[in-house]
Amino acid sequence: MRAFVRRETPADLVGARLPRIEDPRLLTGRGTFVDDLQLPGMLHLDLLRSPHAHAHIRDIDAREARALPGVVAVYTGRELAQFLKALPGAGGMEGFNAPQHHVLAIDRVRFVGEGVAAVLARDRYIARDARELISVMYDALPAVTDPEIALTPEAPVLHDDIGSNRAFELRIGNETEAAIAAADRVVRGRFVNQRVIPNTMETRGAVALFEPWENRLTVWLSTQAPHLMRREFARFLDYPEHRLRVIAPDVGGAFGAKNNPYAEELLAAALAVRHQVPVKWIEERSEHMLVTSHARAQTVELRVGVRADGTLLALHYRLVADMGAYYHAITHIGPMMTAALMTGAYRIPHAATDIVSVFTNTTPTDPYRGFGRAEAAYFIERTMDLIACELGLEVLELRRRNLIRPEEFPCTTPTGHVHESGNFQLCLDRALARLDYEGARREQAKLRLVGRYLGIGFATHAWRAGFPSVPGGKGYITSGWEKTTVSVDPAGKVRAVIGTSPHGQGIVTTTAQIVAQQLGVLPRDVRVVHSDTDAVAQGNGTMGSRSLIVGGSATLLAAQQVRAKAIRLAAHLLQLDPQRVMLENARFGDVGDPARSIALAEVAAHAFAGPRDLPEGMEPCLEATALFEPTNFSTCFGTHVCVAEVDPETGMVVIRRYLAIDDVGRAVNPTIVEGQIHGGLAQGIGQALMEGAGYDVAGQPLAASFLEYATPRASDLPHFEVELTETPSTVNPLGARGIGEAGTIGAPPAVVNAVLDALAPLGVRHLDMPLTPQKVWRAIRDARA
Amino acid sequence: MNISLRVNGQPVEAEVEPRLLLVHFLRERLRLTGTHIGCDTSQCGACTVHLDGRAVKSCTVLAVQADSCEITTIEGMAAGGALHPLQAAFQEHHALQCGFCTPGFVMAAYELLGRDHVPGEPEIRAALEGNRCRCTGYQNIVEAIRSACGRS
Repeated sequence: MRAFVRRETPADLVGARLPRIEDPRLLTGRGTFVDDLQLPGMLHLDLLRSPHAHAHIRDIDAREARALPGVVAVYTGRELAQFLKALPGAGGMEGFNAPQHHVLAIDRVRFVGEGVAAVLARDRYIARDARELISVMYDALPAVTDPEIALTPEAPVLHDDIGSNRAFELRIGNETEAAIAAADRVVRGRFVNQRVIPNTMETRGAVALFEPWENRLTVWLSTQAPHLMRREFARFLDYPEHRLRVIAPDVGGAFGAKNNPYAEELLAAALAVRHQVPVKWIEERSEHMLVTSHARAQTVELRVGVRADGTLLALHYRLVADMGAYYHAITHIGPMMTAALMTGAYRIPHAATDIVSVFTNTTPTDPYRGFGRAEAAYFIERTMDLIACELGLEVLELRRRNLIRPEEFPCTTPTGHVHESGNFQLCLDRALARLDYEGARREQAKLRLVGRYLGIGFATHAWRAGFPSVPGGKGYITSGWEKTTVSVDPAGKVRAVIGTSPHGQGIVTTTAQIVAQQLGVLPRDVRVVHSDTDAVAQGNGTMGSRSLIVGGSATLLAAQQVRAKAIRLAAHLLQLDPQRVMLENARFGDVGDPARSIALAEVAAHAFAGPRDLPEGMEPCLEATALFEPTNFSTCFGTHVCVAEVDPETGMVVIRRYLAIDDVGRAVNPTIVEGQIHGGLAQGIGQALMEGAGYDVAGQPLAASFLEYATPRASDLPHFEVELTETPSTVNPLGARGIGEAGTIGAPPAVVNAVLDALAPLGVRHLDMPLTPQKVWRAIRDARA
Repeated sequence: MNISLRVNGQPVEAEVEPRLLLVHFLRERLRLTGTHIGCDTSQCGACTVHLDGRAVKSCTVLAVQADSCEITTIEGMAAGGALHPLQAAFQEHHALQCGFCTPGFVMAAYELLGRDHVPGEPEIRAALEGNRCRCTGYQNIVEAIRSACGRS
C-alpha cells in the first residue's frame, strides 16, 4: 500500500495518488450524517417490532402509550393502511408472485423485526418508553426459515394469496444434459453461500421536513441512490416528484443495503406531511440486524461434466435463493445475476441454472457488495477446486486450461453474458510471481510432515460492473446511464455536478482529478456537487461498482466538451486556428508562440458575454452536460491467493498471506482503488471465516448485535498485498473496470479454497462458510475419527 | 440533575435526566455531532471520547458520570485550524472512507501516541480491538497510526 502523494500539476492527474478532498471535515467531526440534523419541533419516530417469526396479530393495545406525556401519535398497520399504500419493492416482473408488503404488518407478521406499531414522540427516550407500553397479543404460527423446507408441501405458507412459498422459477442458460451425459467425469456438489448482514457502520436513518406553504417535502436520507429514492417516495406518497427533494448527506457506508425504499423511511416522510412537523427516524444497531436487507442466502446443487484432462464441458446449477419474507427493491435480481455469471472466468460451452426463489420467515434479502456476482464467483471457484480434488488435477493447471484467453474476447457465455475484454492470465501470472508458488508448495509439504496444515487457495474471478439500462423496465427502475454537468465560472473555477452518490468511494476526489486534468486547473479548484436532488436534477446513484466506469465516463465526456469549447473560444480571442491552441496550467497558448496566451479565467469570463461577442453559433457560458450509457457491462477480473494455516487443536484459521491482483482498467487514483480492494477483502474474509446470520427452528435470529454477529476487527485480518493491473475496458471512454466489489467477490473462494487445501490430507472435501474454529475443529475431529 | 464539566477545554453546566447517555448529551445538547453512535452494545467504538485523558465509549457512560470531568471529543483534536498529526496521518494514508467510524478511531488511537515506543503492527491491531470499521479493512488505519507514532 502506498500513501497519497501531494501533487498539483494537472497534466498527470489521472493516475495520481492525490489525497482525498473529502477527508478533513470527516476527520475533524464536521461531517453531517442524518442523525446529526436537528430541526425545530422535530418529532422522533420509533417502531415496535414483532418478536415472532410468524404469527397472527390478535390485538394491539396502545392506550397506555398514547397517554404518555410527550407522545404525539401511535399508529398500527391497519390505521396506516387507511391513508398509505403498500410498500413498493420488486416483483413487478411477469410470472413473479409478488406479496403485499405493508409499512407495518396488518393482521400477520412474517419475520422477527417486522414493524407492528409506530410511535411519534417529542424525543427518542419518550418514543422508546412509549414503544415498550404497547401491548400486542399474538397467536404464534409455525415458521419456516430453511428455503428447502419451505418448498415442501408440509411447510407453513407465508402468503395465503400466493398459495405456496415459491416466489419465482426461472431457467437461464443453454442445453446442458447431453453434454453432461457425454462427459468423461461428472462431479457433483452442494455449496451454500450463507446469509450475511451488511452492517454499515452508520445504520439507516431519515429526517423529513414538510413545508406546506411551499408544498415542499425534503427528506435527508442515509441512502446510496437519492434520485431513485425520490421517485419511490413520490410514488408511495402520491406526492409530486418535482416538489420532493432527497438529500443524501454524509452516508456512513451502504454496500448495497441503502438502495431500497424502506418502510420506516417512507413512514417518516408520510408522517411529516400528515402532522406537518419534522420527523426523524434513526435505526438502532439491533434493528439494522433485524430489518435492513440481509444478503447472499443462496444454495446450489451442481453437476459439472469434465473431460479426463480437466476441460470443462457443461455445468448445471439448481439454485435455491432465499428471498426472505418479502421482496425489497431488487431482491429477485440476485439469483439471476448469479446465473448470468455462473461460468466465471472460464470457457464452458454448456451452462444453465434453474433458479427456485423462495419466501421464508426471515428478513428480506437484497444487494450487498458483490450482489449475485460474489455468489457466482464462490460457486464456480469452489467447483474448480472440487473438480481438481476429484480428478486428481492441480488447481492451477485446471484453471489455466479453462480460462478464457485474451484473443477470445468479446466472449458470449451460454448464459448470455458478454465478457467485452480482459486478460485473465495476466493477473494469475502476476500473482504467482509475487507469491513464489513453488516455494509455497514446498513449505506446505514440509509443514505437513510435522503435522501442520498450510493451504493455498486461489480465486481467478471474473465478474461484471456498470450495468446498462434494461429496456422496457418498469416498477423499480435502475437505469444504466449517468450524467455530469461541468461548468466554469467567470473566475475560472469549476463545478462538476454528478449523478452518482459517493459515500466513501472517494468519487469527489476522483471526479476532481478527471476534470482538473481536462481543464488544466488544480483539483482544489474543482467543486464536486452530488447527492442533493435539488442541485443534481437527475442521476442513478452509487452501486454495482459503477461510479467511475459510468459516472466517471460522463464526467470525462463533459469535461472534454467544456475543454473543446474553451479552446474554440480561446482561439477566437487569440485570433488563432483552434488546432494551434494548447492548454497548460489553466492558460491557453499558441503552440508556436507560448507568449501569445490567455488564462482560462479570462476565457471563462468572456464566455459570459452576449452571443454577439462569441464565435458564430457559440452559446454563452463554459458549460456542458454529457450523458454516458454503457452498451455492455465492463468485465472485471483478478486473481486472489490466500495462504492460510489451520490449527488442528483449535480449528482456528490464520491467514498468513493474502494477495489480490485485480485489473482496474484505468486507476484514476491508485491509493483510493487499493483502499476499495482492502475494504472489500475485509468483508469477503469476514464472510469466509466469521459472519453469518442464522435462525433457529422457530425463526428466531441468532444474531441481533455485534455480540453475536462478528464483523472482522483489525486483529482478525492480515496485511493485504494488493497489486493493480490496467487492461483498458472497451466499453467506456475511461477504459475503467469496476473495483468496488473485487474484494467481496474474490476473498470468500480464495480463503475457503485455502482452508480446504490445508485440510486435504485429512480428506475433508468441503465445508460451508463461515469457517469458524468450531466448524473446522469438528471437521478435523470427524475426519480423524 | 445538575452537572458541571469541561468539554474541549470549555466549562459546561447543564441540567440532565439521570438516564441521559453522555453521547446524547454531547451530540444533542452540546451539538458536538462528531461523536457517532454505531451500535447499542459498546462494541463499535464510534462514540469514543476522552474522559479525564482516557478513551471511553460515551454510549455506555451516563452524562451524570461525567460530572466534574474533563472531556475531549473529536472536535477538540484539531486545535488552531490545523489537523492533529494523527488526523493528518489518517488523510495521508487513506485511513478513512465513509468517515463514520473515523472519529472513534482517532480518539482510540490517540492513547497509543503516548507510549514510550513506536508500536508494531500487531500491537496497533490489538489496541484497536474496541473499534470497528466496515470500509477500510483496517490496513491503512494501522499504517496511519504507525506513521503518527513514529513522528510524535
